[in-house]
Parts: sequence; C-alpha cells; structure tokens
Amino acid sequence: MAEPLLSVKDLSSGYGDFQALFGVSLELQENAILGLVGANGAGKSTLFKAILGLLPRARDMVNFRGKPIGNVKTEDLSRLGIVMVPEGRKLFRSLSVEENLQLAAEYGRKGEWTPDRVFELFPILGQRRRQAATSLSGGQQQMVAIGRALVANPDVILFDEISLGLAPIVVNDVYAAMPQINASGISAIVVEQDVDRVRKLSHSLVCLNEGRVVLSGPSQDFTKAQLTAAYFGE
Amino acid sequence: MGIAEAIVQGVLLGGLYAIFAAGLSLVFGVMRLVNIAHGDFIVLAAYIALMVVSLTGLHPFASLLIVVPLMALIGYGLQRFVLERTLGEDLLPPILVTFGCAVIIQNALSALFSTDAQRLSAGSIETDSLQVAGLSIGVLPLLTFAIAVAIIAALEFVFFRSRIGRAFRATSDDPETAQIVGVSTKHVFGLAMALSFGVMAIAAVLLAARSSFDPFSGPARLIYGFEAVIIGGLGNLWGTLAGGIVLGIAQTLGAQISPSFQILAGHLVFFVVLALKPRGLFPRMD
Repeated sequence: MAEPLLSVKDLSSGYGDFQALFGVSLELQENAILGLVGANGAGKSTLFKAILGLLPRARDMVNFRGKPIGNVKTEDLSRLGIVMVPEGRKLFRSLSVEENLQLAAEYGRKGEWTPDRVFELFPILGQRRRQAATSLSGGQQQMVAIGRALVANPDVILFDEISLGLAPIVVNDVYAAMPQINASGISAIVVEQDVDRVRKLSHSLVCLNEGRVVLSGPSQDFTKAQLTAAYFGE
Repeated sequence: MGIAEAIVQGVLLGGLYAIFAAGLSLVFGVMRLVNIAHGDFIVLAAYIALMVVSLTGLHPFASLLIVVPLMALIGYGLQRFVLERTLGEDLLPPILVTFGCAVIIQNALSALFSTDAQRLSAGSIETDSLQVAGLSIGVLPLLTFAIAVAIIAALEFVFFRSRIGRAFRATSDDPETAQIVGVSTKHVFGLAMALSFGVMAIAAVLLAARSSFDPFSGPARLIYGFEAVIIGGLGNLWGTLAGGIVLGIAQTLGAQISPSFQILAGHLVFFVVLALKPRGLFPRMD
C-alpha cells in the first residue's frame, strides 16, 4: 500500500490529568475519505485537537506525507495542508460570510479553491456574502465552515460532526458536495453520528470507544449492524 | 470665554482624549486586555520624544518618525515576551502585570529625569489661533482634533478593510479557531499592541506640546482614556471619539462654572453615562 497521507501512530492524549485517547492509530490515504465514528465522549474531537496540536502529543505520533508534524504549530498546519471544519461551525461572528472565506484564503495556500468557487458550490452563500456569518441558518453556516476549509486549498480536511444539528435536507446538500470536494484532490476524515451514511461515503472506517480504536478497516468490509455494535462498545 | 467657545474648546480637547483612548480601545477590543499602564506608557513616549528632540534638534512633530516606530517595537516586545504569558480566561493577571509596569515606569522616569515638569516646545503653533465666527480657535487644538479624526479613520480602515484587521477581529472572536485557520494569534496580539503603542506615541507628543508632564502624569491620562472609551461604547472607535468629545465638553463647561469644577464635571458626566447606559452611548462589542 502507498505511504499514507496522514497517519496517527499510537497516539495518547487528553486534558491535563484526564487521559482521553489511548494508543490510537489510523491512516488516511491520498484522495480518500476516512469515516470516524463513535459515541459521545469516545475521543473523536479530542483526536482532531491532538492532530492539530491543540492538545499535547509526542513529536512522532502524527505524520503527514511521511514526516512527523508533532512540532509544527497549529497555525502553520493550514499552510502545510491540514485544516478542520470544527464542531458547531465556529464562524467568526464579527466577520461577514465573505470575510470568513477571505481570511482563510489569505492564511491558507493558493490553489483552485477561491471564495468565488465556494459561491459556485454553495450559491446561497454568494447571495449572502455581505451578511454576518453567524446570522445565517445552521446549514448555511456549515456551508461557510466547509468553504472556509476549502479556500485554504488543503490536502486534508478534518470534518468534526459534519451534520450535527442540521435539518435532513441540509445534510443532503452538504453530503452532495463531498464527492466534488474529494474529486478536487482533497482527502478527509469525517466524524459523523450517522454510521450508515458515513459507511457509504467513506473508503475506510475507524470506530473509537472510550478513547481506543475498536474497529478499523475498509468501509465495505463492515455491515451497519457491525458498526452499530462497535459504536456502542458491544 | 462664552458657552459657544467653551463647547468648541471642549470638542477640540475631546480629540486629544480620543487619541489617549484609541490605543486602549484597540487593545481591549482585540485582546480583552486592560492596560493599566496605558497613561504611563504615553508619558514614557513623551520622555523618549524629549530625548530625541534634545539629541537631534528635530521639531517635536518630526520626532514622531523615530518615536512612533520605537514605541511600536516596545509594544510588540512587551506583548510577546511579557503580557502573552498572562493572557487567558482570567482577566486579572494582565491587569496586575500592567499595574507593575506603571509603577516601574513612574519610578524609573523620576530616577532618570527627576520629578520636574517637562514640556516639548512646538514653536509658535502652540499659541497661534484662528478667528472663526467670532470664536478664537487654537491651531494646535484644531490640529490635534484633525489628527484624532485621522487616527480613528485609519484604525477603522485597518480594522474593517485590511487583512490584518480581519485577523484582529477573528482572533478577538475565537483565538483557537483563528489558529486553525492559520493565524498566529501571538503575532496578531503583538501587532495590535504595536499599533496601540504607535498611537500612544502620537498622543504623547501632542500632550507634551500642549501641557507640561512629569513621571506621574500617566494615571490621569489613563482615566481620561478610560472614560472616553466607556462613554463612547466598548469596541466602537468612532464612539471613542464621541466619548472624548463628551468628556472634553463636560470639562470645559465645568470650568465655566468654576475652574476647580473642570475635572470633576468630566467625571460626573462619565458617572451619569455609566449609570444610564452601562455599555456606553454607541456600543459595538457584545
């Protein structure tokens, strides 16, 4: 198998004295989507924070294109090619839709994804470009958050709870955009509560339970029942 | 001086207070940091200008070419190497550290320069005046007001129309997400402090050209700056100018009643605004 784009090896991390991850390992291949599932408190968001350097991790626990990135500062990762769509969107409330995208474009990498291309992908955002980003509906805010990640022209996007709190019709729109995003050469790790949906979207799956990997492999190898059982730690 | 002239003088004095306050407002807006030593750094800048003028023979306004970048450098260094370590959920540590800075600056300046009052001589501009509609308007206060408007307009432009302004606002909203997007929050905070110190340098030279100063003049400048920010509304730079004007008019009208009432009148207006509109007249910040 080719060298993974992003790999996590035996990662342990947590918040102060509280250890939330215990020897987690996973590999994301180039141009692939990896689904990350697990119940609340399983350690999914903690894993993302540790990958991004927001939580402690040893130097060689996270590798990108074969090189350890444990010493790379969080703010340098977007220029390296790793960005995140955070849980709850976390748009900048004093910036407009366009400014949220502009900021990410200015501090990310140059490439085919620009604010205008995001407006083509999500036309509603183009109509609301001058509005305060946090004044939009939840679904539109998620589109801005995805757009903000795209305009950095990353190699990897970490999607944390991609559909949490969104109306089903909006979730469909967000998922409809995923193949186009993936086709532009962007790999992704997608945290999702809907195990069946993420099983169909992703190439491989990892299931976390209480900070440990309990299931890992190609998505087609697992049934919905197997995933659900692993999800609940059965 | 009649009422009309007092109001005009108050408006112009408000320009100086707005310059005192602009840097304070900027740093609070970006970092939620209350710089207790703000006034003392203005006085420090005035002493630096005094040294530059006496060493080079430059006009005080020309000395800004040296004092502004020097103060900006001091501000950046202070933020990166001292204040950065104190920032967090708790607002108290940076307040205590800047309070310590104020004490150090006051004592260091009095040890180096004595407690004698100093002044920068700006030449005839100090006493020149214009006659407009029967009112006598000082050229230096008018220039100060024009500079205040220019500074506020420039800061507004930086904040709302530039790349670094977007980074200022994003970092102020959510530093962690700003980092994920690629913004170095430490550098951004350093730049905000540098900008604040650059504005302080301008305030210092204008203050020193208008009135005498000594090592212990800082706290009064801090109070006027605070009052202008609070009256105008947190996070609103044009509001800060309006706050400065309200404070200036209150003081000059107070002086009309009795010279000893001048300062108190300003504080009373501040108190009334705070009681009626705790978030100021034109708040922008939540």
